[in-house]
Amino acid sequence: MSTSDVTTTAAAPTAEAAPPGVRLRLADTALGRPGAPVLHGLDLEVAPGDILTVVGPSGCGKSTLLRTLAGLLPALGGRVTQDGTPITRPHADRALIFQEDALLPWRTLRANVELPLAIRGVPRAERRGRAEAWLERVGLAEHSGRLPHRVSGGQRQRAQLARALVGEPRAVLMDEPFGALDAQTRAGMQRLLVEVLQGTRATVVFVTHDVDEALFLGDRVALLGGAEGGGRVLDIPHPRERAAHDAAATVALRRQVLESLGM
Amino acid sequence: MSAPTSSLRSRPAPEAPGARAAAPRPLRRRPWVRYTLRAGSLLAALGLWQSLTALDVNLWLRFAQFPSATDVVREFADRLGTGAYWQDLTDSLSRILTGFALAAVLGVAVGTAIARSPLVSDLLGPVLEVCRPIPAIALVPVAILMFPSNEQGIVFITFTAAFFPVMVSTRHAVRALAPVWEEAVLTMGGGRGRVLVSVVLPGALPGILGGLSVGIGVSWICVISAEMISGAYGVGYRTWQDYTIVDYPGVFVGMTTIGVLGWLTSTAVELAGRRLTRWLPRTETTGRPAPARKEAATP
Ligand SMILES: Nc1ncnc2c1ncn2[C@@H]1O[C@H](COP(=O)(O)OP(=O)(O)OP(=O)(O)O)[C@@H](O)[C@H]1O
Ligand SMILES: [Mg+2]
Repeated sequence: MSTSDVTTTAAAPTAEAAPPGVRLRLADTALGRPGAPVLHGLDLEVAPGDILTVVGPSGCGKSTLLRTLAGLLPALGGRVTQDGTPITRPHADRALIFQEDALLPWRTLRANVELPLAIRGVPRAERRGRAEAWLERVGLAEHSGRLPHRVSGGQRQRAQLARALVGEPRAVLMDEPFGALDAQTRAGMQRLLVEVLQGTRATVVFVTHDVDEALFLGDRVALLGGAEGGGRVLDIPHPRERAAHDAAATVALRRQVLESLGM
Repeated sequence: MSAPTSSLRSRPAPEAPGARAAAPRPLRRRPWVRYTLRAGSLLAALGLWQSLTALDVNLWLRFAQFPSATDVVREFADRLGTGAYWQDLTDSLSRILTGFALAAVLGVAVGTAIARSPLVSDLLGPVLEVCRPIPAIALVPVAILMFPSNEQGIVFITFTAAFFPVMVSTRHAVRALAPVWEEAVLTMGGGRGRVLVSVVLPGALPGILGGLSVGIGVSWICVISAEMISGAYGVGYRTWQDYTIVDYPGVFVGMTTIGVLGWLTSTAVELAGRRLTRWLPRTETTGRPAPARKEAATP
């Protein structure tokens, strides 16, 4: 990882030469808690720098998938690898944005965003600058000194986004990160995410309930727990590129996704 | 105030100005009223005491032999001028502060270790659970046998008294932590030490402070009792001495001293606790007045 260039202007934290994304792969995996598997025979690959969006009904195992990729939950079977090495424990390479509120309530938003940098040993002044810059990017500049319970739910989600991205991880695992946002803020965050990822080239697995969001953000879309209820994954190659050019293709794609989900 | 735009809105509107106009007043008056009430209740207790003893009330409860409030105040004033009083006071204070500090550090350390490590829990749990029900004051014989000096024995007893409440509440608080905080730090690349410092200790702090509050109270009970039994000097020792020589006002001076010191130390613990846990979301009605939010919150 490059450390010499991290002192570049705080306003553009992603402009530096970031390490490229990782390749994440699940090969014939069974996921879930011991004794309670939720997904079987799952094969999935996310190429470096790709955005894989994941949709599926509630309880089908989307969060379980992300926790497994993060290294918090061992797979019940099969192989889960990062660049060919098995994932056995959490690592700063793979940031996870939790579905639930995971900000530390005794730290201000800024201190929360500084935490990944503090863990890495970034000097205080520098990490403060970078945290402030990130909070500004997600529109929380004037709230940076507040405690999490003094801001709104959507503001907490944006702070979590900043906390996940500030350390420039090589993979970002996001569990419905924009669920509590209004359509307008959500669109802004989506644009910000795409822009940031163009800079960092991080690999992304993005769980969402919103099919349109999945189509807008994803290079590919994985459908978990479809009508068959199993762990089937349907890859749709490059929906974003197609969607960008062709409204009719988007509609067709959308119907295809919804049908696969049994709707 | 803007004109109501719908019938739904117009309802709370007439109430709101009234509530708003009324809100600042109780806010300004309330602390004043509360302090008056507190002082009043103390004075009333003293007045009751004084009249019961002055009138030599003898209705099953007998107050004839009782020193009156004024006797005690006079005695108190006399003692405040003596070096012995202050010597006793500092003796007791240094014993309790030493014992309590040790209990705080070890209680938090052991409680955390038990909550976090099944191995430690298996190794230490049974021993501690058997020792816990033994009243600290029943350890006087043990203390006399084990420690070369009374002084250390008393500190040991004070320590034991405070250790268990601190250890138990730490254990519970650590076990009750939301796992997601720890997982968040792990996914940032934090190790065990980082989790301990950044998640476990701050997250358990509100619970730990509850244990510390209880602990300082129990410490006083035990330091005074231990001084009465085996001490040389100290407020408890002096109080017992005064009793054996039938100096009842002196006994009451000792009791008052213990009461005031106990109150001061637990207030110190409470205040320190409140400072350290300012991040806790508090309900606006019981916390310190927060005018801006309070106004909005009053229905
Ligand atoms: N801590 C847990 N212990 C045991 N089972 C769990 C636990 N968490 C989730 N499960 C179960 O695992 C299954 C998958 O849960 P998961 O959280 O992965 O669903 P999800 O797809 O993320 O759902 P949602 O869209 O509602 O967030 C569910 O049936 C759930 O009941
Ligand atoms: Mg989920």
